[in-house]
Amino acid sequence: MATNDVIYGINGPVVTVRNTRNFSMMEMVYVGEARLVGEIIGINDKFTTVQVYEETTGLKPGDPIYGTGAPMNVLLGPGIIDNIFDGIERPLKAIEETSGSFISRGAAVSSLDLDKEWDVTVKVKKGDKLTGGQIYAVCPETAIIEHRFIVPPLLSGTVIKAAANGKYKLNDTIVTIKDDSGNEHELTLCQKWPIRSARPCKQRLPATVPLITGQRVIDTMFPISKGGTAAIPGGFGTGKTMTQHQLAKWCDADIIVYVGCGERGNEMSQVLDEFSELIDPKSGRPMTDRTVLIANTSNMPVAAREASIYTGLTLAEYYRDMGYHVAIMADSTSRWAEALREISGRLEEMPAEEGFPAYLPSRLSEFYERAGRVDTLCGSEGSVTIIGAVSPQGSDFSEPVTQNTKRFTRCFWALDKSLAYARHYPAINWMDSYSEYFTDLDPWFRENLGDDFIKYRNKITAILHEESSLMEIVKLIGSDVLPDDQKLVIEIAKAVRVGFLQQNAFHADDTFVPLEKQKLMMKAILHLYSKAKKIIAAAIPISRIMELGLFERLAKMKYDIPNNKPELFDELISDIDNALAQLTA
Amino acid sequence: MILDYVGVKEINGSLIVLDNVDNASYEEMVDIRLENGTYRHGRIVQIDGKRIVVQVFEGTKSISLDNTRTRLKARPMELPLSPEIMGRVFSGAGRPIDGLGEIYPVKRANVNGTPMNPVSRVYPRNYINTGISTIDTLMTLIRGQKLPIFSGSGMKHNELAVQIVRQAKISDTDGDNKFGIVFAAMGVKNDVADYFRRSFDESGVLSRVVMFLNLANDPIIERTLTPRCALTAAEYLAFECNMHVLVIMTDMTSYAEALREFSSSKGEIPGRKGFPGYLYSDLASLYERAGMIKGSKGSVTQIPILTMPNDDITHPVPDLTGYITEGQIVLDRQLEGSGFYPPVSVLPSLSRLMKDGIGEGYTRADHQALANQLFASYARVQDARSLASVIGEEELSPVDKKYMQFGKLFEQYFVNQGFHENRTIEQSLDLGWKLLSTLPRAELDRVDDTLLDKYYIEDTDNLSFHTFADDGSSAKDADDDA
Repeated sequence: MATNDVIYGINGPVVTVRNTRNFSMMEMVYVGEARLVGEIIGINDKFTTVQVYEETTGLKPGDPIYGTGAPMNVLLGPGIIDNIFDGIERPLKAIEETSGSFISRGAAVSSLDLDKEWDVTVKVKKGDKLTGGQIYAVCPETAIIEHRFIVPPLLSGTVIKAAANGKYKLNDTIVTIKDDSGNEHELTLCQKWPIRSARPCKQRLPATVPLITGQRVIDTMFPISKGGTAAIPGGFGTGKTMTQHQLAKWCDADIIVYVGCGERGNEMSQVLDEFSELIDPKSGRPMTDRTVLIANTSNMPVAAREASIYTGLTLAEYYRDMGYHVAIMADSTSRWAEALREISGRLEEMPAEEGFPAYLPSRLSEFYERAGRVDTLCGSEGSVTIIGAVSPQGSDFSEPVTQNTKRFTRCFWALDKSLAYARHYPAINWMDSYSEYFTDLDPWFRENLGDDFIKYRNKITAILHEESSLMEIVKLIGSDVLPDDQKLVIEIAKAVRVGFLQQNAFHADDTFVPLEKQKLMMKAILHLYSKAKKIIAAAIPISRIMELGLFERLAKMKYDIPNNKPELFDELISDIDNALAQLTA
Repeated sequence: MILDYVGVKEINGSLIVLDNVDNASYEEMVDIRLENGTYRHGRIVQIDGKRIVVQVFEGTKSISLDNTRTRLKARPMELPLSPEIMGRVFSGAGRPIDGLGEIYPVKRANVNGTPMNPVSRVYPRNYINTGISTIDTLMTLIRGQKLPIFSGSGMKHNELAVQIVRQAKISDTDGDNKFGIVFAAMGVKNDVADYFRRSFDESGVLSRVVMFLNLANDPIIERTLTPRCALTAAEYLAFECNMHVLVIMTDMTSYAEALREFSSSKGEIPGRKGFPGYLYSDLASLYERAGMIKGSKGSVTQIPILTMPNDDITHPVPDLTGYITEGQIVLDRQLEGSGFYPPVSVLPSLSRLMKDGIGEGYTRADHQALANQLFASYARVQDARSLASVIGEEELSPVDKKYMQFGKLFEQYFVNQGFHENRTIEQSLDLGWKLLSTLPRAELDRVDDTLLDKYYIEDTDNLSFHTFADDGSSAKDADDDA
């Protein structure tokens, strides 16, 4: 391919071309003889600016730049699940085969395996009318995920040729359709979609179904809906990654897209290791059968880090359009924002707060608004839930990324350093966190778990708030001076914190707790509270209640009572009654 | 065709600008010959058509607009490598300075390295026994990890690093001689570099150390290359010579400041505290070079040391470092002041890789539970202390008094450890249980009953503490306390 467009200037990942009118904004280009992937990010009559997704060492002025005529896009088709990609959808396993353990530049490998044969069942016949988003064929992608081939959203027409069922490769034509203006389109097993545009859907649905995570503090105290958005901010070492791993493992989405954006390489290899060993209790298959990993570690090129978030999101939307519930974990969005800042700095744009570009809030809102539970074009229901980790500089939540993220997400799970220091995990601070989904989700909880669940939750919240104001006094004068009924609040709050909120990710039973058990655990704690309150009102000192060992039992009920034996809670409650009865006897 | 470009168009800090240069490539090396015949080295950091910006490693002192001849080397910054680099001393830019002559390279490698493919990484699981109770028990160092020491000026981080080097033992026994150390000094004082050299000599490892020295008075541009050279050497030794390499880099704060100096002379938009916006990516490109890869027996483990300006952990350098590295060892000035060594501040310290490298088959089955409990109990001690500082220790509840006692013993016997004391992992774990036994059993809510039955010592009257080095007077004091 001949080109007249050559490099003029180079500064880090930013390359400029002089005097050209051949490129369009956000077009994908190849830079230099090594064909490094890049994207056009600025055009004026003198200079066209390219951001290069790979290391630019060795590029020279005069090296060619090739346009592709299309914006940065990803290839969508079977083979995405159980794969691991870099930020611009290059498969890392295939790159390893071609270039070894270290990633070389300009690695030209197809995103998906073109030679693999898929067992396709065709769902349409000649003469059928197809519109965008409709399913024309299916194939099993992994043991638990059926890949549904959907007509690209902007296409429609009548089927004039349909292949028979059988084994096909990615680029084989399955269906040919003729649109209204008489043009023929061949539908293969794959399609392309630009990463920065949201895929269309029929309509958005309200957030009325929770995403069950099995994590008590999230499900009970700060629930998130399917299609919702959540931010997990926390300084280093507070357990952001750990929390995201837990959610990826246990939440009840059909497919997980895990984006490691500017994070640690060893963490990604841990995810690979753990997820392939871990068996999903619902399907009995390894977690990798429903997981897509996007790994753009912190030492990989910064521009691709910026793109990785959109790549992940586009893959998630593609599966949503097939009618799946997808959850995307972005770890961490701060690294993405910093990549924006870094590139903005190279472009010498006027910085806003703390050097971040002025368009940071609009980029963040564009990103989070692509979440949602929708009616898909194929007529089923799907959702994309976004859970983004935020790494605030200096653990200061007032910095721009955290503040702006707060505006566009509806769940805020604030991780707390002092909880993490005391190894209270998940270190989600119950005073600073919030969820805006309560009103949307309450009907669901009422219907599925009864009125009690919400009642218990409100009581538990009240106890924690009361404790927090009592602790102000305790910090000043010690707990001894408090009257017994207030001491009881502190003890019960401790039981809530240790017995309920704190959850052990490494314990076979405690790592995932069904909602029913969560409810019974709250019930047991509140039962002891109301009984003990009466006893204290009868002027029996709290020290005598403490001697009974009931609080220790509450602290350990998460281990003592297996998930599949909720009937043991009745026993616990009657034990509480009996023990307390001795005091009043 | 080799061209010399005569003259310079502009000089700014450590940068020189040349015009009318053909065929320059990004990050290419250049040699600059001064009028008096001495050579400087540099690297192209920006290209605008025929105008190039060159970073001069040795500084621009005595360069004038007319007296220089610049020659492009047509290759990026590369480090000559061979197994012979063991035991040698290099400058911060990778040139031998020990007078033993040039290295005959087996290969040359670009100092920037290339990112490791996450798929090719082996998840680190084998622990390194450092013989230091706090580190082994509470923030276990894992082979292939990057675990920085966050310290402050005047604290004993260098001693701690030396002790780790001296005592570090790898759990499985695949040959001792495959152990190597790469030492990168960035902007450290001459005395400190000398202290490390002497200590390596005393512990008999000097022949296995590769040193890269950029001292406090050496040029700052060279400083930005020092860790890259060191890590290139480390990667070569680990992945091509199959050695277990421990990289000690000190002081990362000086490195970041050098980067800031260079960035501001280049006229870049500054981020927090004047550091360039790409500080995170830049630090990551260093720290992420730790690890293990499939198909190689070697490993690169990093212990970067950084001094927190004003002991502030939220300063950009420790902050960004903490986000990249897999945990941190934080030193505390108050503990140091009380005479405890190593002054490891337990609560903010952490090892992220620890959970998969300890327990049954690695250390001991009770390790994780014990560590959790020690963290939780010691966190409680802080609450009790802050209460005591308001109402006085006398007024504390009996349980809080127990915690005060536990905290004192914990710092005195668990944290405090001699510079020459090497504790086995069993000794450390047992000591931990002994300390926990001074608390009422009901307070230990992070441990399940089977472990408590096995390790909790009910009979607290006979508990005695002693340091493992000497069983003398201190043991007696402790008995009195208990």
